[in-house]
Amino acid sequence: MENKVYTVSQLNKYIKMIFDKDIFLNNINISGEITNFKAHYTGHFYFTLKDEQATIKCVMFKSFASLVKFKPADGMKVVISGQVSVFERDGVYQIYCRTMTPEGLGDLYLAYEQLKEKLQKEGLFNEDHKKKIPFLPNRVGVITSRTGAVVRDIINVSTRRYDKVNLLIYPAAVQGVNVASTVIQGLDTFNKLNNVDVIIIARGGGSFEDLFGFNDEKLARKIYESKIPVISAVGHETDFTICDFVSDLRAPTPSAAAELVYPRYVDIVNKILLCKRRNINAIKNYILRKKDYVEKVKASKLEKVPLDMINKYRLVIDSSIRNSENILKMRVEKYKSRCMQNIAKLDALSPLKTLTRGYSVVENKNGQVIKSVNDVKKDDFLNITVNDGKIEVIVN
Amino acid sequence: MSQEKNEKTFEQSLEELEKIATNLERGDLTLEQAISEFEQGMNLSKECSKKLDEAEKKINILVQKENGEFEEETFETPVD
Repeated sequence: MENKVYTVSQLNKYIKMIFDKDIFLNNINISGEITNFKAHYTGHFYFTLKDEQATIKCVMFKSFASLVKFKPADGMKVVISGQVSVFERDGVYQIYCRTMTPEGLGDLYLAYEQLKEKLQKEGLFNEDHKKKIPFLPNRVGVITSRTGAVVRDIINVSTRRYDKVNLLIYPAAVQGVNVASTVIQGLDTFNKLNNVDVIIIARGGGSFEDLFGFNDEKLARKIYESKIPVISAVGHETDFTICDFVSDLRAPTPSAAAELVYPRYVDIVNKILLCKRRNINAIKNYILRKKDYVEKVKASKLEKVPLDMINKYRLVIDSSIRNSENILKMRVEKYKSRCMQNIAKLDALSPLKTLTRGYSVVENKNGQVIKSVNDVKKDDFLNITVNDGKIEVIVN
Repeated sequence: MSQEKNEKTFEQSLEELEKIATNLERGDLTLEQAISEFEQGMNLSKECSKKLDEAEKKINILVQKENGEFEEETFETPVD
Protein backbone atom coordinates (compact mmCIF):
# COMPACT_ATOMS: atom_id res chain seq x y z
CA MET A 1 0.00 0.00 0.00
CA GLU A 2 2.65 2.47 1.01
CA ASN A 3 4.60 1.73 -2.09
CA LYS A 4 1.79 2.53 -4.49
CA VAL A 5 2.31 5.65 -6.61
CA TYR A 6 -0.61 7.68 -7.91
CA THR A 7 -0.89 10.29 -10.58
CA VAL A 8 -1.92 13.89 -9.79
CA SER A 9 -5.11 13.35 -11.70
CA GLN A 10 -5.94 10.31 -9.64
CA LEU A 11 -5.31 12.23 -6.45
CA ASN A 12 -7.43 15.17 -7.48
CA LYS A 13 -10.19 12.87 -8.61
CA TYR A 14 -10.09 11.12 -5.27
CA ILE A 15 -10.25 14.37 -3.37
CA LYS A 16 -13.14 15.54 -5.50
CA MET A 17 -14.97 12.32 -4.78
CA ILE A 18 -14.51 12.84 -1.04
CA PHE A 19 -15.84 16.41 -1.32
CA ASP A 20 -18.80 15.44 -3.43
CA LYS A 21 -19.85 12.69 -1.06
CA ASP A 22 -20.00 15.12 1.84
CA ILE A 23 -23.57 16.18 2.45
CA PHE A 24 -22.47 19.27 4.35
CA LEU A 25 -20.32 20.54 1.47
CA ASN A 26 -22.97 19.72 -1.10
CA ASN A 27 -25.33 22.39 0.02
CA ILE A 28 -23.82 25.15 2.03
CA ASN A 29 -24.52 28.87 2.65
CA ILE A 30 -21.49 31.09 3.02
CA SER A 31 -21.31 34.79 3.79
CA GLY A 32 -18.35 36.89 2.76
CA GLU A 33 -17.08 39.86 0.83
CA ILE A 34 -16.64 39.69 -2.92
CA THR A 35 -13.20 40.39 -4.34
CA ASN A 36 -11.62 39.92 -7.77
CA PHE A 37 -15.08 39.83 -9.32
CA LYS A 38 -15.19 39.10 -13.05
CA ALA A 39 -18.32 38.80 -15.14
CA HIS A 40 -17.06 36.72 -18.05
CA TYR A 41 -18.47 37.39 -21.51
CA THR A 42 -19.88 33.86 -21.52
CA GLY A 43 -22.19 34.96 -18.69
CA HIS A 44 -20.35 33.16 -15.89
CA PHE A 45 -19.22 34.96 -12.72
CA TYR A 46 -15.76 34.34 -11.30
CA PHE A 47 -14.80 35.82 -7.97
CA THR A 48 -13.23 35.24 -4.58
CA LEU A 49 -15.13 35.37 -1.33
CA LYS A 50 -13.20 36.50 1.73
CA ASP A 51 -13.46 37.39 5.37
CA GLU A 52 -10.76 38.85 7.65
CA GLN A 53 -8.62 35.71 7.73
CA ALA A 54 -9.36 33.59 4.67
CA THR A 55 -10.44 33.47 1.03
CA ILE A 56 -12.11 30.92 -1.22
CA LYS A 57 -12.56 30.88 -4.98
CA CYS A 58 -16.08 30.94 -6.34
CA VAL A 59 -17.66 30.34 -9.70
CA MET A 60 -21.26 30.94 -10.75
CA PHE A 61 -22.32 29.58 -14.07
CA LYS A 62 -24.48 31.51 -16.49
CA SER A 63 -27.70 29.62 -15.77
CA PHE A 64 -27.51 30.78 -12.13
CA ALA A 65 -25.76 34.10 -12.72
CA SER A 66 -28.54 35.32 -14.99
CA LEU A 67 -31.02 35.01 -12.13
CA VAL A 68 -29.11 37.46 -9.92
CA LYS A 69 -31.11 40.72 -9.97
CA PHE A 70 -28.30 43.03 -8.92
CA LYS A 71 -24.79 43.49 -10.23
CA PRO A 72 -22.19 41.95 -7.88
CA ALA A 73 -19.08 44.02 -7.35
CA ASP A 74 -15.88 43.98 -5.33
CA GLY A 75 -16.37 44.89 -1.69
CA MET A 76 -20.01 43.79 -1.66
CA LYS A 77 -21.05 41.60 1.28
CA VAL A 78 -23.09 38.67 0.02
CA VAL A 79 -24.52 35.34 1.07
CA ILE A 80 -24.10 32.62 -1.47
CA SER A 81 -25.44 29.10 -1.56
CA GLY A 82 -23.87 26.31 -3.52
CA GLN A 83 -21.62 23.30 -3.44
CA VAL A 84 -17.97 23.13 -2.47
CA SER A 85 -16.12 20.99 -4.96
CA VAL A 86 -12.73 20.47 -6.50
CA PHE A 87 -11.47 21.75 -9.83
CA GLU A 88 -9.27 18.81 -10.68
CA ARG A 89 -7.15 20.51 -13.32
CA ASP A 90 -5.80 23.11 -10.90
CA GLY A 91 -6.14 21.12 -7.73
CA VAL A 92 -8.20 23.77 -6.07
CA TYR A 93 -11.44 23.55 -4.26
CA GLN A 94 -14.00 26.24 -4.87
CA ILE A 95 -17.62 27.04 -4.38
CA TYR A 96 -19.96 26.41 -7.30
CA CYS A 97 -22.59 29.03 -6.50
CA ARG A 98 -26.29 28.59 -7.10
CA THR A 99 -27.70 31.76 -5.55
CA MET A 100 -26.30 35.04 -4.38
CA THR A 101 -28.08 37.61 -2.23
CA PRO A 102 -26.73 40.80 -0.77
CA GLU A 103 -26.13 40.55 2.94
CA GLY A 104 -28.44 42.69 5.04
CA LEU A 105 -30.51 44.15 2.21
CA GLY A 106 -32.65 42.07 -0.08
CA ASP A 107 -31.48 41.52 -3.61
CA LEU A 108 -34.45 43.46 -4.97
CA TYR A 109 -33.51 46.37 -2.81
CA LEU A 110 -29.96 46.27 -4.04
CA ALA A 111 -31.14 46.09 -7.64
CA TYR A 112 -33.30 49.13 -6.92
CA GLU A 113 -30.40 51.01 -5.37
CA GLN A 114 -28.17 50.21 -8.30
CA LEU A 115 -30.69 51.23 -10.94
CA LYS A 116 -31.38 54.41 -9.01
CA GLU A 117 -27.69 55.27 -8.91
CA LYS A 118 -27.21 54.48 -12.59
CA LEU A 119 -30.14 56.59 -13.76
CA GLN A 120 -29.22 59.40 -11.40
CA LYS A 121 -25.72 59.50 -12.90
CA GLU A 122 -27.24 59.59 -16.36
CA GLY A 123 -29.30 62.60 -15.35
CA LEU A 124 -32.75 61.04 -15.61
CA PHE A 125 -33.78 62.56 -12.29
CA ASN A 126 -32.49 66.05 -13.07
CA GLU A 127 -34.80 68.80 -11.89
CA ASP A 128 -34.25 70.89 -15.01
CA HIS A 129 -35.73 68.14 -17.18
CA LYS A 130 -38.91 67.98 -15.15
CA LYS A 131 -41.96 69.35 -16.91
CA LYS A 132 -44.43 71.66 -15.25
CA ILE A 133 -47.73 70.13 -14.21
CA PRO A 134 -50.51 72.22 -15.80
CA PHE A 135 -52.87 74.03 -13.47
CA LEU A 136 -56.37 72.73 -14.16
CA PRO A 137 -55.64 70.50 -17.17
CA ASN A 138 -58.26 70.00 -19.85
CA ARG A 139 -57.91 66.27 -19.55
CA VAL A 140 -56.05 63.90 -17.24
CA GLY A 141 -54.78 60.45 -18.24
CA VAL A 142 -54.71 57.86 -15.46
CA ILE A 143 -52.68 54.67 -15.85
CA THR A 144 -53.84 52.25 -13.18
CA SER A 145 -55.81 49.12 -12.50
CA ARG A 146 -59.39 49.43 -13.69
CA THR A 147 -60.54 47.68 -10.54
CA GLY A 148 -59.85 48.39 -6.90
CA ALA A 149 -59.70 51.34 -4.58
CA VAL A 150 -57.10 53.44 -6.38
CA VAL A 151 -59.13 54.40 -9.43
CA ARG A 152 -62.15 55.01 -7.21
CA ASP A 153 -60.14 57.20 -4.82
CA ILE A 154 -58.84 59.29 -7.70
CA ILE A 155 -62.34 59.76 -9.10
CA ASN A 156 -63.81 60.55 -5.68
CA VAL A 157 -61.15 62.99 -4.60
CA SER A 158 -60.98 64.83 -7.91
CA THR A 159 -64.75 65.16 -8.37
CA ARG A 160 -65.12 66.34 -4.78
CA ARG A 161 -62.74 69.20 -5.52
CA TYR A 162 -63.78 69.93 -9.06
CA ASP A 163 -67.06 68.41 -10.19
CA LYS A 164 -66.44 68.60 -13.95
CA VAL A 165 -63.35 66.40 -14.12
CA ASN A 166 -62.23 64.95 -17.41
CA LEU A 167 -60.40 61.67 -16.78
CA LEU A 168 -59.23 59.08 -19.29
CA ILE A 169 -58.22 55.79 -17.73
CA TYR A 170 -55.70 53.43 -19.26
CA PRO A 171 -56.11 50.02 -17.62
CA ALA A 172 -52.74 48.56 -16.60
CA ALA A 173 -51.35 45.76 -14.49
CA VAL A 174 -50.07 47.15 -11.21
CA GLN A 175 -48.76 43.90 -9.77
CA GLY A 176 -46.75 41.03 -11.18
CA VAL A 177 -44.44 40.70 -14.13
CA ASN A 178 -46.53 42.79 -16.56
CA VAL A 179 -46.40 46.04 -14.62
CA ALA A 180 -43.64 47.73 -16.58
CA SER A 181 -44.83 46.55 -20.00
CA THR A 182 -48.47 47.63 -19.53
CA VAL A 183 -47.56 50.95 -17.96
CA ILE A 184 -45.15 51.56 -20.85
CA GLN A 185 -47.99 50.79 -23.28
CA GLY A 186 -50.16 53.30 -21.45
CA LEU A 187 -47.48 56.01 -21.74
CA ASP A 188 -46.97 55.21 -25.42
CA THR A 189 -50.70 55.32 -26.10
CA PHE A 190 -51.26 58.67 -24.39
CA ASN A 191 -48.22 60.17 -26.11
CA LYS A 192 -49.42 58.90 -29.46
CA LEU A 193 -53.05 59.99 -29.07
CA ASN A 194 -51.82 63.21 -27.45
CA ASN A 195 -55.23 63.66 -25.89
CA VAL A 196 -54.36 64.40 -22.26
CA ASP A 197 -52.41 67.24 -20.60
CA VAL A 198 -50.99 65.24 -17.74
CA ILE A 199 -50.60 61.53 -16.92
CA ILE A 200 -50.95 59.99 -13.47
CA ILE A 201 -49.39 56.57 -12.88
CA ALA A 202 -51.17 55.23 -9.82
CA ARG A 203 -50.97 52.19 -7.60
CA GLY A 204 -52.00 51.60 -4.02
CA GLY A 205 -49.63 50.80 -1.18
CA GLY A 206 -47.88 47.47 -0.91
CA SER A 207 -44.68 45.75 0.08
CA PHE A 208 -41.41 46.62 -1.59
CA GLU A 209 -41.77 43.45 -3.64
CA ASP A 210 -45.34 44.40 -4.65
CA LEU A 211 -44.14 47.72 -6.00
CA PHE A 212 -41.03 46.31 -7.60
CA GLY A 213 -42.53 46.36 -11.09
CA PHE A 214 -42.23 50.16 -10.98
CA ASN A 215 -38.45 49.90 -10.52
CA ASP A 216 -37.93 49.11 -14.16
CA GLU A 217 -35.27 50.68 -16.31
CA LYS A 218 -37.32 50.68 -19.53
CA LEU A 219 -40.28 52.21 -17.73
CA ALA A 220 -38.03 54.86 -16.21
CA ARG A 221 -36.68 55.80 -19.63
CA LYS A 222 -40.19 55.89 -21.10
CA ILE A 223 -41.34 58.28 -18.38
CA TYR A 224 -38.27 60.41 -19.02
CA GLU A 225 -39.08 60.57 -22.73
CA SER A 226 -42.79 61.28 -22.31
CA LYS A 227 -43.81 64.60 -23.89
CA ILE A 228 -46.76 64.78 -21.54
CA PRO A 229 -45.94 65.54 -17.88
CA VAL A 230 -46.10 62.46 -15.63
CA ILE A 231 -47.12 62.30 -11.99
CA SER A 232 -46.05 59.19 -10.12
CA ALA A 233 -48.46 58.07 -7.41
CA VAL A 234 -47.15 54.62 -6.60
CA GLY A 235 -47.66 53.25 -3.11
CA HIS A 236 -47.90 55.21 0.13
CA GLU A 237 -46.03 58.24 1.26
CA THR A 238 -43.12 56.18 2.62
CA ASP A 239 -42.71 54.05 -0.49
CA PHE A 240 -40.29 55.19 -3.14
CA THR A 241 -39.84 53.68 -6.57
CA ILE A 242 -37.66 54.59 -9.56
CA CYS A 243 -40.92 55.72 -11.16
CA ASP A 244 -41.19 58.41 -8.45
CA PHE A 245 -37.71 59.79 -9.06
CA VAL A 246 -37.93 60.03 -12.82
CA SER A 247 -41.48 61.42 -12.97
CA ASP A 248 -42.07 65.14 -13.27
CA LEU A 249 -43.84 65.13 -9.93
CA ARG A 250 -44.20 62.57 -7.16
CA ALA A 251 -47.51 62.38 -5.36
CA PRO A 252 -47.35 60.69 -1.95
CA THR A 253 -50.60 58.79 -2.68
CA PRO A 254 -53.03 58.37 -5.59
CA SER A 255 -55.53 60.64 -3.78
CA ALA A 256 -52.84 63.28 -3.43
CA ALA A 257 -52.20 63.03 -7.18
CA ALA A 258 -55.86 63.83 -7.79
CA GLU A 259 -55.51 66.87 -5.53
CA LEU A 260 -52.39 67.98 -7.38
CA VAL A 261 -54.08 68.06 -10.79
CA TYR A 262 -57.49 69.32 -9.72
CA PRO A 263 -57.59 72.48 -7.66
CA ARG A 264 -60.76 73.12 -5.71
CA TYR A 265 -63.42 74.73 -7.90
CA VAL A 266 -64.02 77.57 -5.45
CA ASP A 267 -60.28 78.32 -5.37
CA ILE A 268 -60.18 78.72 -9.13
CA VAL A 269 -63.23 80.96 -9.18
CA ASN A 270 -61.69 83.07 -6.42
CA LYS A 271 -58.46 83.30 -8.32
CA ILE A 272 -60.21 84.57 -11.43
CA LEU A 273 -62.22 87.08 -9.39
CA LEU A 274 -59.10 88.24 -7.62
CA CYS A 275 -57.31 88.83 -10.90
CA LYS A 276 -60.31 90.66 -12.28
CA ARG A 277 -60.50 92.88 -9.22
CA ARG A 278 -56.77 93.57 -9.37
CA ASN A 279 -57.21 94.53 -12.99
CA ILE A 280 -60.02 96.97 -12.24
CA ASN A 281 -58.29 98.49 -9.22
CA ALA A 282 -55.06 98.86 -11.14
CA ILE A 283 -56.67 100.77 -14.00
CA LYS A 284 -58.61 102.94 -11.53
CA ASN A 285 -55.44 103.76 -9.67
CA TYR A 286 -53.62 104.32 -12.91
CA ILE A 287 -56.16 106.88 -14.07
CA LEU A 288 -56.25 108.57 -10.67
CA ARG A 289 -52.48 108.79 -10.70
CA LYS A 290 -52.50 110.33 -14.18
CA LYS A 291 -55.14 112.86 -13.17
CA ASP A 292 -53.17 113.70 -10.09
CA TYR A 293 -50.09 114.18 -12.19
CA VAL A 294 -51.87 116.54 -14.54
CA GLU A 295 -53.10 118.58 -11.57
CA LYS A 296 -49.64 118.74 -10.14
CA VAL A 297 -48.12 119.94 -13.38
CA LYS A 298 -50.77 122.60 -13.66
CA ALA A 299 -50.05 123.83 -10.16
CA SER A 300 -46.30 123.77 -10.51
CA LYS A 301 -44.15 126.95 -11.02
CA LEU A 302 -43.10 125.57 -14.35
CA GLU A 303 -46.62 125.95 -15.55
CA LYS A 304 -47.16 129.36 -13.90
CA VAL A 305 -44.33 131.19 -15.67
CA PRO A 306 -45.61 130.76 -19.20
CA LEU A 307 -49.13 131.52 -18.02
CA ASP A 308 -47.92 134.83 -16.60
CA MET A 309 -46.20 135.59 -19.86
CA ILE A 310 -49.29 134.75 -21.78
CA ASN A 311 -51.35 137.01 -19.57
CA LYS A 312 -48.89 139.86 -20.08
CA TYR A 313 -48.99 139.53 -23.83
CA ARG A 314 -52.70 139.17 -23.73
CA LEU A 315 -52.89 142.67 -22.18
CA VAL A 316 -50.64 144.08 -24.88
CA ILE A 317 -52.71 142.45 -27.56
CA ASP A 318 -55.92 143.72 -26.04
CA SER A 319 -54.72 147.32 -25.86
CA SER A 320 -53.35 147.10 -29.39
CA ILE A 321 -56.69 145.95 -30.60
CA ARG A 322 -58.38 148.77 -28.76
CA ASN A 323 -55.94 151.35 -30.21
CA SER A 324 -56.44 150.18 -33.75
CA GLU A 325 -60.15 150.27 -33.29
CA ASN A 326 -59.94 153.92 -32.17
CA ILE A 327 -57.75 154.93 -35.03
CA LEU A 328 -60.07 153.28 -37.50
CA LYS A 329 -63.07 155.03 -35.99
CA MET A 330 -61.39 158.41 -36.19
CA ARG A 331 -60.48 157.86 -39.85
CA VAL A 332 -64.02 156.92 -40.68
CA GLU A 333 -65.35 160.02 -38.93
CA LYS A 334 -62.93 162.22 -40.87
CA TYR A 335 -64.00 160.81 -44.24
CA LYS A 336 -67.59 161.05 -43.28
CA SER A 337 -67.42 164.83 -42.57
CA ARG A 338 -65.50 165.46 -45.81
CA CYS A 339 -68.16 163.64 -47.75
CA MET A 340 -70.87 165.72 -46.11
CA GLN A 341 -69.10 168.97 -47.11
CA ASN A 342 -68.75 167.79 -50.73
CA ILE A 343 -72.35 166.77 -50.90
CA ALA A 344 -73.42 170.23 -49.69
CA LYS A 345 -71.20 171.87 -52.31
CA LEU A 346 -72.58 169.69 -55.09
CA ASP A 347 -76.07 170.36 -53.94
CA ALA A 348 -75.54 174.10 -54.20
CA LEU A 349 -74.24 173.82 -57.74
CA SER A 350 -77.03 171.51 -58.97
CA PRO A 351 -79.18 172.95 -61.82
CA LEU A 352 -82.16 171.51 -60.11
CA LYS A 353 -81.54 174.00 -57.34
CA THR A 354 -82.14 176.94 -59.84
CA LEU A 355 -85.54 175.48 -60.77
CA THR A 356 -86.70 176.23 -57.25
CA ARG A 357 -86.02 179.83 -57.91
CA GLY A 358 -88.48 179.89 -60.97
CA TYR A 359 -86.19 178.92 -63.84
CA SER A 360 -87.14 176.07 -66.13
CA VAL A 361 -85.48 173.76 -68.62
CA VAL A 362 -86.97 173.23 -72.11
CA GLU A 363 -86.18 170.03 -74.03
CA ASN A 364 -87.35 168.70 -77.42
CA LYS A 365 -88.82 165.22 -77.66
CA ASN A 366 -85.31 163.85 -78.13
CA GLY A 367 -84.27 165.23 -74.76
CA GLN A 368 -82.06 168.01 -76.24
CA VAL A 369 -82.05 171.27 -74.26
CA ILE A 370 -83.44 174.19 -76.28
CA LYS A 371 -80.98 177.02 -75.97
CA SER A 372 -82.07 179.23 -79.02
CA VAL A 373 -85.19 180.04 -81.07
CA ASN A 374 -83.50 178.36 -83.99
CA ASP A 375 -83.69 175.06 -82.10
CA VAL A 376 -87.48 174.84 -82.54
CA LYS A 377 -89.95 174.79 -85.37
CA LYS A 378 -93.71 175.32 -85.40
CA ASP A 379 -95.67 172.36 -84.06
CA ASP A 380 -92.62 170.81 -82.24
CA PHE A 381 -93.43 169.00 -79.00
CA LEU A 382 -91.39 170.37 -76.11
CA ASN A 383 -90.98 169.38 -72.47
CA ILE A 384 -90.64 172.09 -69.88
CA THR A 385 -89.21 170.94 -66.57
CA VAL A 386 -90.15 173.12 -63.61
CA ASN A 387 -89.47 172.73 -59.92
CA ASP A 388 -92.31 170.32 -59.27
CA GLY A 389 -92.86 168.45 -62.57
CA LYS A 390 -92.98 168.56 -66.36
CA ILE A 391 -95.22 170.53 -68.81
CA GLU A 392 -95.76 169.31 -72.38
CA VAL A 393 -96.27 172.12 -74.93
CA ILE A 394 -96.57 172.55 -78.69
CA VAL A 395 -94.78 175.48 -80.43
CA ASN A 396 -97.28 177.94 -81.96
CA MET B 1 -59.00 66.84 -30.07
CA SER B 2 -55.92 68.30 -31.78
CA GLN B 3 -57.85 71.49 -32.24
CA GLU B 4 -58.57 71.54 -28.57
CA LYS B 5 -54.84 71.22 -27.98
CA ASN B 6 -53.99 74.31 -30.03
CA GLU B 7 -56.40 76.44 -28.06
CA LYS B 8 -55.06 78.48 -25.21
CA THR B 9 -55.21 76.34 -22.06
CA PHE B 10 -57.01 77.52 -18.99
CA GLU B 11 -53.67 77.85 -17.27
CA GLN B 12 -52.25 80.07 -20.01
CA SER B 13 -55.28 82.36 -19.90
CA LEU B 14 -55.09 82.62 -16.14
CA GLU B 15 -51.35 83.28 -16.20
CA GLU B 16 -51.79 85.97 -18.81
CA LEU B 17 -54.55 87.54 -16.74
CA GLU B 18 -52.28 87.63 -13.69
CA LYS B 19 -49.46 89.12 -15.73
CA ILE B 20 -51.70 91.88 -17.03
CA ALA B 21 -52.83 92.73 -13.49
CA THR B 22 -49.18 92.91 -12.40
CA ASN B 23 -48.27 95.08 -15.40
CA LEU B 24 -51.12 97.45 -14.69
CA GLU B 25 -50.23 97.62 -11.02
CA ARG B 26 -46.67 98.58 -11.90
CA GLY B 27 -48.20 101.56 -13.67
CA ASP B 28 -45.41 102.43 -16.11
CA LEU B 29 -47.51 101.98 -19.26
CA THR B 30 -48.78 104.70 -21.53
CA LEU B 31 -52.46 105.48 -21.25
CA GLU B 32 -53.21 103.68 -24.53
CA GLN B 33 -51.26 100.61 -23.42
CA ALA B 34 -52.93 100.60 -20.03
CA ILE B 35 -56.40 100.76 -21.54
CA SER B 36 -55.69 98.02 -24.06
CA GLU B 37 -54.15 95.81 -21.34
CA PHE B 38 -57.15 96.42 -19.16
CA GLU B 39 -59.55 95.44 -21.94
CA GLN B 40 -57.55 92.32 -22.61
CA GLY B 41 -57.56 91.47 -18.91
CA MET B 42 -61.32 91.80 -18.71
CA ASN B 43 -61.72 89.59 -21.78
CA LEU B 44 -59.44 86.97 -20.28
CA SER B 45 -61.32 86.88 -16.99
CA LYS B 46 -64.51 86.41 -18.97
CA GLU B 47 -62.86 83.67 -21.01
CA CYS B 48 -61.65 81.85 -17.87
CA SER B 49 -65.05 81.96 -16.24
CA LYS B 50 -66.62 80.73 -19.48
CA LYS B 51 -64.21 77.82 -19.69
CA LEU B 52 -65.08 76.81 -16.15
CA ASP B 53 -68.79 76.96 -16.88
CA GLU B 54 -68.50 75.10 -20.15
CA ALA B 55 -66.45 72.17 -18.79
CA GLU B 56 -68.23 68.85 -18.73
CA LYS B 57 -67.71 65.92 -16.43
CA LYS B 58 -66.31 62.99 -18.36
CA ILE B 59 -64.74 59.79 -17.04
CA ASN B 60 -63.75 57.40 -19.81
CA ILE B 61 -61.59 54.32 -20.17
CA LEU B 62 -59.41 53.43 -23.15
CA VAL B 63 -60.28 50.03 -24.57
CA GLN B 64 -58.12 48.37 -27.20
CA LYS B 65 -60.07 46.84 -30.07
CA GLU B 66 -59.03 43.75 -32.00
CA ASN B 67 -57.47 45.86 -34.75
CA GLY B 68 -55.22 47.51 -32.17
CA GLU B 69 -57.05 50.84 -32.26
CA PHE B 70 -58.12 52.42 -29.01
CA GLU B 71 -61.66 53.43 -28.25
CA GLU B 72 -63.07 55.39 -25.38
CA GLU B 73 -65.89 54.01 -23.30
CA THR B 74 -67.65 55.48 -20.32
CA PHE B 75 -65.98 54.21 -17.18
CA GLU B 76 -68.11 52.64 -14.48
CA THR B 77 -66.61 53.27 -11.08
CA PRO B 78 -65.87 49.94 -9.45
CA VAL B 79 -67.70 49.11 -6.25
CA ASP B 80 -66.52 46.60 -3.68
